[in-house]
Amino acid sequence: MARKFRAIKVNPKKFSMDQIPMLLLILPVASFMVLPLLYIFNHAFKPFDELFDYPPKFFVRRPTLDNFADLFDMASTTGIPISRYLFNSIVITIIVVFLSIFLSTITGYALSKLKFHVNKYIVKINTIAMMFVGTAVVIPRYLVIERLGLIDNFLVHIVPMLAVPVGLFLVKQFIDQIPDDLIEAARIDGASHFMIYRKIIIPLIRPAIATIAILSFQAVWNNAGVSETFINTDSMKTFAYYMSTLSSGSNSVAGTGMTAVATLIMFIPNVVIFIILQNQVMNTMAHSGIK
Amino acid sequence: MSKFNIIRRFKEWLAHEKKMFKKDDKEAYLFAIPYTILFLVFIIIPIFIAMYLSLTKFDMVSYPTFRGFANYVYLLTSDEEFMRYILPNTIKFAFIVGPGGYALSFIMAWALSQITHRLRTVLAIILYSPSLTAGVTMSVVWRVFFAGDESGYLNSVLLDLGMIIEPIAFLQSPDYLFTIMIIVALWSSMGVGFLAMLAGILNVPHELYEAAYIDGLKSRFQEIWYITIPSMKPQMLFGAVMAIVGTFSAGAIGVQLSGANPTPNYSGSLILNHIEDYGFIRYELGYAAALSVVLLLIIYFFSKISWNLFGEKD
Repeated sequence: MARKFRAIKVNPKKFSMDQIPMLLLILPVASFMVLPLLYIFNHAFKPFDELFDYPPKFFVRRPTLDNFADLFDMASTTGIPISRYLFNSIVITIIVVFLSIFLSTITGYALSKLKFHVNKYIVKINTIAMMFVGTAVVIPRYLVIERLGLIDNFLVHIVPMLAVPVGLFLVKQFIDQIPDDLIEAARIDGASHFMIYRKIIIPLIRPAIATIAILSFQAVWNNAGVSETFINTDSMKTFAYYMSTLSSGSNSVAGTGMTAVATLIMFIPNVVIFIILQNQVMNTMAHSGIK
Repeated sequence: MSKFNIIRRFKEWLAHEKKMFKKDDKEAYLFAIPYTILFLVFIIIPIFIAMYLSLTKFDMVSYPTFRGFANYVYLLTSDEEFMRYILPNTIKFAFIVGPGGYALSFIMAWALSQITHRLRTVLAIILYSPSLTAGVTMSVVWRVFFAGDESGYLNSVLLDLGMIIEPIAFLQSPDYLFTIMIIVALWSSMGVGFLAMLAGILNVPHELYEAAYIDGLKSRFQEIWYITIPSMKPQMLFGAVMAIVGTFSAGAIGVQLSGANPTPNYSGSLILNHIEDYGFIRYELGYAAALSVVLLLIIYFFSKISWNLFGEKD
């Protein structure tokens, strides 16, 4: 035997030579992935004349904030300032993130720890529903929302976004890891189930909460479809929707500077939140398996 | 006779349910009902409405009229675009982007698991971040990359290199649109499923590897095949389900990129676009619902395959 094979070294503490092939595998993909993001950054800060450069230059030479100013000055066709769209998006996002955290954690607790004879059916249907693609049934959804009187109603941004099967699934898997004895003990001490939920479950499942916070943040913050389909009043539409009108409306070169800024504003909160919470997310994902 | 039987069965079932209900924690109902109602109203009921509407003719104005399987017959026999472009496009897209993105996620996760923590975190964020950007917002960027005149980056580079003489209208060209869609979809395919797989690989107990090497594993590939994947089957399944959902949700990018529905010569139209075409442009909602049902069946079929591969048999 020439060379004896050694097992892979997972999560090494120090850098060593045998990690180089791995890096060679990752770096080309990573640079392809990062390219469009770099492009937005550079494009957003380009002054007017650089946007028109021919041949186009990838990197910005004299960065300015002109595009930001343009974007915020420009009233949309209906005369609504962009800050209004941003305000709508922020309010909607905060409400949805908090409510969906509350709903999925309390439901997850009921399904995982309480005596509840239908729980396995709910869990099963929920697991199947994870592969549900909302846009596939956009028409029946429209009919349901119309019947509920939610057309052109601010609540349509919120209510249909609250039930997220993936979120409930991840939380429930996470709560399953908490030993039953802990809850038994609290029960004997006379704690109500809601008390247990608040004082024991919530602190223990912080990582899972971080994960659903990210998932629902992404789903809501990036959502342009709701405004497009269900809202007619312009002042109730979201920033993501405004973005998508910019991108479909203006193909002009000057417009791309502004669109890059808008994309940047859309993108930054996503990444920042993910970076802050990524440790917690990885912790949840360890329990993400479907059994 | 048989009627009585059914009634008796029902009564027995009801009595059983009552007994079970008495033993349940009542708070469980209180806790679970808000979610369950929202879940039923916005996810389950629309699926049933789609099934019902698919059997009718409906234009949103007058009441739906029942017409049996006529929509499905039309779909199979007379919708020329569906059979010639939409279905082949959808299947081709699903088979390339689904397994492609999935394999890419796995390989990247596997490689990432073998480098140090800090570097891994940075690279994982880079790989994950494209999936953070919604398709809608990013289509702007891709449109500049592939723009049809000299201002497009790709055109400009190709012109510089002398590989083309005239700029190519990539996004309006039936020859290129589909390929571009696949590139864009793969670019944003490394989402939650990728993170789950990374966490899964990091959590495979090291003793398993050691033991397997004593038993005579000979190559990296064997190691992945016999140890890594089997020990993280649940995460593999979760990743697969997320890949399927991601693939079919990304299916609308053709319209965003080309800016037209239907896309030029239907080259980038998938079933999702076809549903919107019939539902919101032609107002043939019954037929659009039939298409929705077909799409859900296709998704279910793919999930079933993943379940058979990675699910735990009981």
